[in-house]
Amino acid sequence: MSTTVIPELPGQEIPAESRVNYLNASYGVKSWLLTTDHKRIALLYLGSITLMFFVGGFFAVLMRLHLIEPQGALVAPETYNKLFTMHGVIMVFFFLVPSIPATLGNFLVPMMIGARDLAFPRLNLLSWYIYIIGAAFTLYAVISGGVDTGWTFYTPYSSTFSHTSVIPTALGVFITGFSSILTGLNFVVTIHKMRAPGLTWFRLPLFIWAMYATSIIFILGTPVIAITLFLLGLERLLHIGIFDPAIGGDPILFQHMFWFYSHPAVYIMILPGMGVMSELITCFSRKRIFGYTFVAFSSLAIAIISFLVWGHHMFVTGQSIYAGLIFSVLSFLVAIPSAVKVFNWTATLYKGSISYDAPMLYALGFIGLFTMGGLTGLFLASLATDVHLNGTYFIVAHFHYIMVGGAVMAYLGGIHFWWPKITGRMYPDGWARFAALVIFVGFNLTFFPQFVLGYLGMPRRYAVYPTEFQVLNVMSSAGASILGIGYLIPLIYLLWSIRYGPIAGPNPWGAKGLEWETPSPPPTENFEEIPVVTADAYDYANVGGSRV
Amino acid sequence: MSGHVVPVKTYLGIFVALLVLTALTTGVAFVDFGDIHTGIRLIEVIPLNTVVALAIAVVKMLLVILFFMHVKYSSSLTKIVVMTGFLFLAILVSFTLADELTRGWTPEAGGWNTALPTILPLLRSLF
Repeated sequence: MSTTVIPELPGQEIPAESRVNYLNASYGVKSWLLTTDHKRIALLYLGSITLMFFVGGFFAVLMRLHLIEPQGALVAPETYNKLFTMHGVIMVFFFLVPSIPATLGNFLVPMMIGARDLAFPRLNLLSWYIYIIGAAFTLYAVISGGVDTGWTFYTPYSSTFSHTSVIPTALGVFITGFSSILTGLNFVVTIHKMRAPGLTWFRLPLFIWAMYATSIIFILGTPVIAITLFLLGLERLLHIGIFDPAIGGDPILFQHMFWFYSHPAVYIMILPGMGVMSELITCFSRKRIFGYTFVAFSSLAIAIISFLVWGHHMFVTGQSIYAGLIFSVLSFLVAIPSAVKVFNWTATLYKGSISYDAPMLYALGFIGLFTMGGLTGLFLASLATDVHLNGTYFIVAHFHYIMVGGAVMAYLGGIHFWWPKITGRMYPDGWARFAALVIFVGFNLTFFPQFVLGYLGMPRRYAVYPTEFQVLNVMSSAGASILGIGYLIPLIYLLWSIRYGPIAGPNPWGAKGLEWETPSPPPTENFEEIPVVTADAYDYANVGGSRV
Repeated sequence: MSGHVVPVKTYLGIFVALLVLTALTTGVAFVDFGDIHTGIRLIEVIPLNTVVALAIAVVKMLLVILFFMHVKYSSSLTKIVVMTGFLFLAILVSFTLADELTRGWTPEAGGWNTALPTILPLLRSLF
């Protein structure tokens, strides 16, 4: 995307430290906690969700250690129930949902569209505080004894039969939902109203389209989970019959309402990752995206169809088989726009000038792992095979291929890609490539055996298992430890690079896009002058796009 | 919403209307309107009290959205956004009903409501 303004970048020759940027514009705790700068808020989110990621990851490590032995090596079955619940709650609601939108989205949406900030900067800061309050409630629940319902809070586990901290956990999720709604609202208004002159809808980077689609789900879906958890609280506290059949409720109604949000939420987690992918693939193959409009509209198609498929979580839970038929067909439909994206990224690679920098390694990993996660989803969308596979480790493997193999890979790829922009520093490239490789190997070793385990019939959420499943479980646990180390390596070298990394320069990748046409780290106001856009996105064919 | 000034009189009128409708909701809760038996397989019984209560609620909601939230004076885009919210609510309700209303169609499985009277005494006799 070329522009007519800022021909000479003011920060190109000057070291980042000697220039005023958003990081050194003001100092002190107050300047961070009361900031309305979208870039600083992105960093506040980055710190918070990284903390939650490692808390959630810690629970996963304990689970995998426990499952080394068939009778369980580490904890009592009740504790195991709490471990997988807290792992799920924290990873889904406090890491995956806000991961890319709240960090990279907050940082990049205004920069990519040539704006100085989001439309509602104070609302943006409020959303972070709401997130923190929600996280505090949930962490309190962890400390006060944990919760054992599974991350889905299914009734009657969460209503009649639960004696754990369901209310504080649900309250934490309820509160955090509002932070998502505010972020979504902010993005929609910003993208509609604050695009730079000349930046028409079809010149927008595909990351923006993905964030727009995600925001729609945030706004339309999140209120429903809030209402559902509110009703759950009402039933527990006031004994109003909503989900408990003993007092006139219907437990499957809970599942309907829960999955009406939580299935689209899967796409909240993966759509931003897909947006990151389009940026990475084009930059590191030095090509325009193949079929821009198809990729753009497939994001919107995914956002809309994702609201029509929730019943596929309930094929075997007592839902009417007639409703099941409809949900099955619709679930197959959502595979189409997802496949459009995968094919278009692959077609973009064709005859591209590909380089294998660390972000690209994550991107290539994403294509393979997401495809496996997506295709195994079709097994689960089929009514007959779902009867066998539902509630087994096949499901666990399937959604981890999407959530970890897809969303987390894209998140890490994005963090590596824009890290020089965010901090003004480069990280050690060799270590970064090594970490990407370790994560890819560790991930597959962890989750591929789980496909086999599930196919063989090992149920999920069990603290013990028959001895014939031990080899595959040990493989999975070994993979988890490799994966854990893989995640620690970037934490170390990225922190190291903030102080000791080489100065990055405004555009170390030779990438296209408005965010690369401003110094790194950017000034508080992002652009000295609002740029004027005169070309399409990913214009790599013109002016070479050589690397600095 | 662009700078449209709504007279205080309108706000007060809507506020009073909302209060009256709230009182009406409470009032009709004490009256038994009975049921309508449709003879249609999908929806055999319609409890009229629920219909009346929901109808009043819808009127109240419309008053709030149109006047307090200024949608009446807003651009077409805002109106479309508001209606999209209702479309998705309709999707939630209709697809959930697609399950609830057809659950009893499968004779083997039985709907939750039909199975419960049979299952509960069985379970009780076990313990």
